[in-house]
Amino acid sequence: MQTTSDEALIGRIAGGDKLAMQVLFARHHVRVYRFVLRLVGDASRAEDLINDVFLDVWRTADKFEARSQVSTWLLAIARYKALSALRKRPDEELDDETAGAIEDPGDDPEKAMQKKDTSEILRQCLTKLSAEHREIIDLVYYHEKSVEEVARIVGVPENTVKTRMFYARKRLGELLKAAGVERGWP
Amino acid sequence: MNTIKNKVSEREEIEALLPWHAAGTLSRREAQKVEQALASDAELATQYETVRQDLAETIGLNESLGAPSARVMQRLMADIEADASTARRTRSSFSLGEWLSDKLSSFSPRTLAWSATAAALAIVLQAGLLAGMFVNDRQGNLSYTTASVPLEQTVKPGTDALISFAPTATAGEITKLLQTYKMAIVEGPSGDMYTVRLAVTGIPKEELSKVIKQLQNEKTVRFVGQKSAD
Repeated sequence: MQTTSDEALIGRIAGGDKLAMQVLFARHHVRVYRFVLRLVGDASRAEDLINDVFLDVWRTADKFEARSQVSTWLLAIARYKALSALRKRPDEELDDETAGAIEDPGDDPEKAMQKKDTSEILRQCLTKLSAEHREIIDLVYYHEKSVEEVARIVGVPENTVKTRMFYARKRLGELLKAAGVERGWP
Repeated sequence: MNTIKNKVSEREEIEALLPWHAAGTLSRREAQKVEQALASDAELATQYETVRQDLAETIGLNESLGAPSARVMQRLMADIEADASTARRTRSSFSLGEWLSDKLSSFSPRTLAWSATAAALAIVLQAGLLAGMFVNDRQGNLSYTTASVPLEQTVKPGTDALISFAPTATAGEITKLLQTYKMAIVEGPSGDMYTVRLAVTGIPKEELSKVIKQLQNEKTVRFVGQKSAD
């Protein structure tokens, strides 16, 4: 069975085809939702934001130039929406740099250490990374984005993408070490 | 010295690419370079193992986040309907086919059935009127061309009957009946009665009674009778 490509769907959406919009939404909304949820940390807010993301797609489909994958374009819009929403929150009025540097203050590593399962500890540590590091790890590992695509979504040079990913991994290793898991690197 | 620096820089480059290699998003050329380095560098291989663990757990973590509720799609479609750009696009790309399809899909099956019946009858009526006009036209021509011939010798008026169809009769059944008897609706409905033309010329009384009787036995016919001449 041949499925319609995302690019073809965008073309039809630009022409006002609502069914194509539903197909695109069905194809991508879960991943976009998870990406946004990891950024904003609130399920109901994430739902509102993905609604905004796809409404933007409906409005601006005719401007899509196919220089990147449709999923990359969606994640770039989602990221912009999520960061804008975070900026609007009065208790989170932080500039990008500060916001990116702050790690999730959730559980402390000691608590995680009590759990024997390395896999569980690793997941705990993944949630403790800073927003900037969480984002890049998700984009590379879960959303399967190439260096170039991550650079497009995040809006930084490709070398910065590589360096940021390296430091995110390093930080994750340090968190694991602190939680009692020694992996031999870093 | 430069060679050592280059080697260090190359190793760092490979190290930086490990996450993309694990995710399978490197080009073939880059992937081959990483594979070669992994085969000859134990420390790098250890690092790669941690990358694979991180990848697996990141996927697991994201998958555990669940999915948005179904109402998100409903809300989005409602927002799209209400969006100004939707109306603009609909106006600029108006399609008669899509419009008709949208309208028809909004009707109930019963309404559609009635509409189809009415449409079929309208077509038949129109056909009858056209046939009538054609006949009248021919009559007109004949009267001009045969001005010296007495009127009684020209074509006689058609033979009509009054008919009402069974309430359960479908448009298809009515059309088939009209075709079988070579009839055309020329007038109506008046109440539920239609005037049908059985023949464009007068037909003998016996033959007319026979046709009327046959029609009375048709299940699609509720009532049929000869129409008195005006």
